[in-house]
Amino acid sequence: MSEPILQFEHVSKSFFGAMALTDITLAVRPGMVLGLVGENGAGKSTLMNILGGVIASDEGQIRLEGRPYSTGSPAEATRAGIAFIHQELNLFSHLSILDNLFIDGFPRIGRTPLIHRREAVRRAKEALAAVNLSISPRTRVDRLTPGQKQLVEIAKALHGGAQIIIFDEPTTSLTSRETERLFALIERLRREGRTILYISHVLADVLRLADEIAVLRDGKVVRTGPKAEFDINAMIAAMVGRQVDQLHPIRRGKPADKVLMSVAGVTEPGIVKDISFDLHEGEILGLFGLMGSGRTELGRILFGLDPFRSGTIDMCGQPRRRRTARRSIAAGMAFVTEDRREEGLLMEAPVTENMALVALPNCRRNRVPGTLDRLALRRSVDEMIASLKIKCVSPRTAAVKSLSGGNQQKTVIGKWLLGRPMVCILDEPTRGIDVGARYEVYSIINDLADRGNGLLCISSELEELMGICDSLLVMSKGRICGRFRRDEFDKERILAAAFEGHLERGPRGSSGASN
Amino acid sequence: MGSLRQGTLTAVLRNVPILMFAGTFVVFGLLTPRFLEYQSLENIAKQASYIGIIAVGETVVLLTAGIDLSVGSNMYVSAVAAGLLMERFAISPLPALLVCLTVGLLFGLFNAFAVTRLHIIPFVVTLATQFAGRGLGWMLSKSRAVTFPQSVTGLGAAELLGIPAPVVIFAVVVLLAWVVLTRTTLGRQIYAVGHGLEAARKAGVDTRRVQATAYIICGVLASLGGFVSVAQLGNVNSGFGQMVEFQAIAAAVLGGASLFGGIGNVFPGTVLGALLIQMVWAGLVATRTDLYLQPLIAAAIIFLAVLLDSVRNTVLARLGRHNIRVEE
Repeated sequence: MSEPILQFEHVSKSFFGAMALTDITLAVRPGMVLGLVGENGAGKSTLMNILGGVIASDEGQIRLEGRPYSTGSPAEATRAGIAFIHQELNLFSHLSILDNLFIDGFPRIGRTPLIHRREAVRRAKEALAAVNLSISPRTRVDRLTPGQKQLVEIAKALHGGAQIIIFDEPTTSLTSRETERLFALIERLRREGRTILYISHVLADVLRLADEIAVLRDGKVVRTGPKAEFDINAMIAAMVGRQVDQLHPIRRGKPADKVLMSVAGVTEPGIVKDISFDLHEGEILGLFGLMGSGRTELGRILFGLDPFRSGTIDMCGQPRRRRTARRSIAAGMAFVTEDRREEGLLMEAPVTENMALVALPNCRRNRVPGTLDRLALRRSVDEMIASLKIKCVSPRTAAVKSLSGGNQQKTVIGKWLLGRPMVCILDEPTRGIDVGARYEVYSIINDLADRGNGLLCISSELEELMGICDSLLVMSKGRICGRFRRDEFDKERILAAAFEGHLERGPRGSSGASN
Repeated sequence: MGSLRQGTLTAVLRNVPILMFAGTFVVFGLLTPRFLEYQSLENIAKQASYIGIIAVGETVVLLTAGIDLSVGSNMYVSAVAAGLLMERFAISPLPALLVCLTVGLLFGLFNAFAVTRLHIIPFVVTLATQFAGRGLGWMLSKSRAVTFPQSVTGLGAAELLGIPAPVVIFAVVVLLAWVVLTRTTLGRQIYAVGHGLEAARKAGVDTRRVQATAYIICGVLASLGGFVSVAQLGNVNSGFGQMVEFQAIAAAVLGGASLFGGIGNVFPGTVLGALLIQMVWAGLVATRTDLYLQPLIAAAIIFLAVLLDSVRNTVLARLGRHNIRVEE
């Protein structure tokens, strides 16, 4: 057994008096993949941020190859050979790959401050070749696919000489093929003797990649051990501290006959083609598709964020013209976007302020026009926080960004529910949130349907949709190419429909639909 | 066919600053041939020089997603300081220039300190230093005009290989700024910081140093621009440099710089922007446009250019979105 390359010793960290990490002690041997799992808010990201120099720990220390290592800044972590591939990739999209690779120091001509361009291009090509990316280093990053961007990040880590590489939810925005390629690369890095810390909610991936697994719960390491000691149920049990036999709540209600939203022949060239379906009262309708199938684009069109060329979208039998998000909200629609950081939340504002946003028009004071009934608003926001069980120490003051992903997502949902919508479009409602919070989100969706709302759930996780939906639409290349009722759900047939029109057949359908 | 038209559209949109510049040039040229005479063009270049020098500094700050509203006051105080020393102690032009640049440097240092160490937002910091600078200048000069001797005004009229000295200085500043922005690590980091401060920090960039450098560069260039302007005018009155910050920001934005940082360039962008503004003024004079209409027309042209820029960004973003699906 070789000496550990990395040791956490009694590391603790608290934010605003709340313990985020308590007495973490963990050793990592060189050349192994450590899978780090835990619910959101369990402390994985905090621990990795300390290692990556993004934040400082309150107590305890970290040893690198036996020597004490103090974390000052991301730059110091880089120098110490630690690279952090962040969940939201840290690339400058308006700059070239070259700029991104060398932003902390270009090769120079002699001792002048001038950049040695030829040398930089040569080294960049080498770095890209090391991750099997054959693309010109002068390409601007915003021209790359998410998978290519991630490879650029990895290339950057490798050419910086990183020995320890942290992956934080690396597969969230990758297609299945890109995921496969990433896994092959991680495998190769491990064989080269580098140490990988792999954080993911996709437990099947962790089980597949990791040599050892550490489970965090409430800021503590609750279980560590070689992969052989774990299976998915064991991981979940350790994560939530109890046996979970049910991933999805039981669907009791049944959709009614009344049509809430009727979509007919909606077409926008290059985006979606001839989309038709009805959404009924009390129905949970799933929309499944691979990356780039047009599922998110369709959601945006339905909500009025993007235009469409032809076709009709009726709400409650009334055709809707001149569509904008504002009018859609007024007509009873809600849209939980895929990217809550960028589009769903005001990250710096507290929970209450975020939630009040959509409901503002409903809380007008009748006596004095133009003023807000703050009391009514506060009461309804407080009720919503309680009914969705949003965990937050001080919902009136703490910025939303300090909340865990699950609680952030519940805040977004709460914001929309305050507007009392009839039709909710949810785009990747459980992206990047943990098992426990997922169950709660599913329950919320279930309750909404039971109360007569119509829900359109867009997701790239087939198992999730099969678990919660009454029926399922499958999109591929901008068209609907499969419709399934609950009793017809069949993973293989649904996946086959999703791959229709794609040249390659049969790779993993989605991160959740593997093995 | 469709992709060819789309390609043309993209090419046109990407080059809005150049096309605007060419369009304005042709229109005024057709209206009065006098506009196209060498003397008139030389005048435009000469007058655009000092605004251009300041706009280069402003561009650097805008690239970091900051803003410097104090450049006009900066050029006023630094010119007053230099002028008073020349009046009282009869120092020669070179030490006077050094004094001028030092005052500009101090301005930049203070802005940099307040932005990067005290974490005050740039707009407020530089608004405050704008007032402070103007007040300081009035205090030093007792609000009277400071006259510069022949030794300085001679420089303004000097020529190098037949090119007016202000234009030469402008060209050197542009060249240096271009080298720094495109050919040094610092330059690329300036873009990175403007693109995403937190991302740059995580990527190991010393973001405070980069931001500070930008304000210092801008401060020094503002005082240099002031000196170049003084050398042409011969005296500094109490309104010297007023509204220059807006001309400088307008030049940068006309040249394609984004007020949100990370986008823009000094050459050709800001150079074209500075020349365009000056050309519009000169063209309005040459066509004998009604004096009261001139500001309105100039404003309309600037508005149009910025509008086109905004349209460009929206359309390019939309075209880009289509591309994502094709690549998939």
